Amino acid sequence: MARIRLENISKNFGPHTAVEDLDLDIADGEFFVLLGPTGAGKTTTLRMIAGLDKPTVGRIFINEANVNDWGPAERDVALVLQQYSLYPRLTVRDNLAFPLRSRVRNLAPAEIDQRIDYAARTLRITHLLDRKTDRLSGGEMQRVSIGRAIVREPQVFLMDEPLSALDAKLREALRTELKDLQRRLGATFIFVTHDQVEAMTMGDRIAILNRGQIVQVGAPQDVYSNPRDTFVASFVGAPAINLLKGEVQGGRAVVTPKSFELPVAGQAPGAGSYIFGIRPEDVRVESGAPVEGRVHDIENHGIEKIITVRVNEHFVRASIPARVDVALEEVIRFGWNAEKLIYFDPRTGINTRHQIA
Amino acid sequence: MTSLIATLDPGSRAATRGLSDIAIRNLFVIPTIVFLIIFNIFPLLYSLGYSFTDFRASTKDPANFIGLKNYMDLLSDPNIWSNFTITAQYVIVSVTGQVIVGFGLALLLNRSFPLKGLVTTLLLLPMMLSMAVVGLFWKLLYDPNFGIINYALGLGKFEWLANPKFALYAVALTDVWMWSPFVMLLSLAGLSAVPKHLYEAASIDRASRLYTFFRITLPLVAPILLIAIIFRTMEAFKTFDLAYVMTSQPTTEVVSIRLYKMAFQEWQTGKSCALAYIVLIMVLCITNVYVKYLNKAKER
Repeated sequence: MARIRLENISKNFGPHTAVEDLDLDIADGEFFVLLGPTGAGKTTTLRMIAGLDKPTVGRIFINEANVNDWGPAERDVALVLQQYSLYPRLTVRDNLAFPLRSRVRNLAPAEIDQRIDYAARTLRITHLLDRKTDRLSGGEMQRVSIGRAIVREPQVFLMDEPLSALDAKLREALRTELKDLQRRLGATFIFVTHDQVEAMTMGDRIAILNRGQIVQVGAPQDVYSNPRDTFVASFVGAPAINLLKGEVQGGRAVVTPKSFELPVAGQAPGAGSYIFGIRPEDVRVESGAPVEGRVHDIENHGIEKIITVRVNEHFVRASIPARVDVALEEVIRFGWNAEKLIYFDPRTGINTRHQIA
Repeated sequence: MTSLIATLDPGSRAATRGLSDIAIRNLFVIPTIVFLIIFNIFPLLYSLGYSFTDFRASTKDPANFIGLKNYMDLLSDPNIWSNFTITAQYVIVSVTGQVIVGFGLALLLNRSFPLKGLVTTLLLLPMMLSMAVVGLFWKLLYDPNFGIINYALGLGKFEWLANPKFALYAVALTDVWMWSPFVMLLSLAGLSAVPKHLYEAASIDRASRLYTFFRITLPLVAPILLIAIIFRTMEAFKTFDLAYVMTSQPTTEVVSIRLYKMAFQEWQTGKSCALAYIVLIMVLCITNVYVKYLNKAKER
């Protein structure tokens, strides 16, 4: 098992900087997620850990050993890609045996069979073992790729968006399976995704990347409730957070240009301009609430409804229980849970609480 | 209202464009079919008819139907069989050589390096030359007195083309030089279609380079390589120009040269038609074997 450390890693492709001055310390046995939009440098980071790309600057450590000059084979990592990368013309069993038959390992055939059996049982693909890989469905192929990682019993599992080519139901099922697998194996997982739901549900810790730089590292709940800046706030969480420009004046948050005002709580910073961040679940829709608006849009999500309320030119999303009946253009009243209000600096977009800390 | 009908009815819309789709299709397809019938299908059937007669194009005698006599004579003639043996040797040597050299070149070219485009184009040049020209200048290269090959290899006055033992292989070598680029081109297309992530997965799985080659590269390139082999086998089987231009040894008399002599020097028109049909059937059989393998390779 392994601890992974990246020390001010940068990677340039010609004039283009893919990753800039990255520091990460991933603990042994951790499920670590690299989250970010396309082009943020997640895959490049993963490929550098795998040894497929070399960093332009910086050092990579696996278990205190500097592995900069090691090839992918020496690092003892397993990589699962979005494309299933199964070897063609081979059966599932041969695909699983492929990494074990390498002369470097020199394993006895009985040992190989035992590991294949274990991986197949873990992923529930025992019945597919003698099938050719091109006769498998997408979900089955991805399981085989993961199986090929498991049989190797590597120090680290690297996964590059392994679920994004699968359909929604299967993705959900494999999400749980992967998390469960990681717990059973006790192995270090580094998981790249652009899907914040995957990051939130699976990660022990999440690193959010944007434009080649780490914006924030933290536990999912931490990232969700205390985002470092407006980018993290709006990237994490669905439905997205409400970001409203305004000012704090005399204990009240005034959303500008002159629209509505609501109270702030005790932990509020001093008077001045801010971007207010409030999650839809912290917006309360009730008859006695202070602000009046009209229902602009309704999204039914089964267990809840997300409604968009229009106040002059501002839009505020709120989640309400599914049983509450609302109609488009209906006049409603809302307020917010002032304790949960996040204040961002309007110039830098950084959470004021992080600035102080 | 009229404009509405015009937009709805494809026929009347096409009429406003001048030519209907059917007219355009006919314009392209009919000339092709006419050409094919006049220059391919008609002579094919006509020569099939001749192959059952004793017709000689050099005399005015009418063609007499003699049944399968031409075929029986040919198949029991040991000289013809020796022509076929020579052809088979030639096919095996030249196609094997082309596959090894062509595929090897493709493997070397399948990476990025400076001037890659130029190098590839230069390597393709032999294929674009005329067979007769290639034959003539390789004859000069092989020349025992001033040829550069003997000079470069330090072989003195070694006879290549006049030597009955080596002449066929010398011709095959020229064919390898000329047609390896063709195999290279097709292999290169196959190689560039192998997904890169498979190689990355293999490198992480600690597969050796040899193992990677036999487990990933070869199986994925096999179908297109087989297509190249089919083409080259068919071509080599009916090879004529190179051998005819370069030497006139009895040991280099491949079946097409025999055929040519029979038809246009001995004027045994009917018999040569029969021989041509025997060659055709053989090529079809060989091709069928390959196609069967090809389908299997694609299935797997």
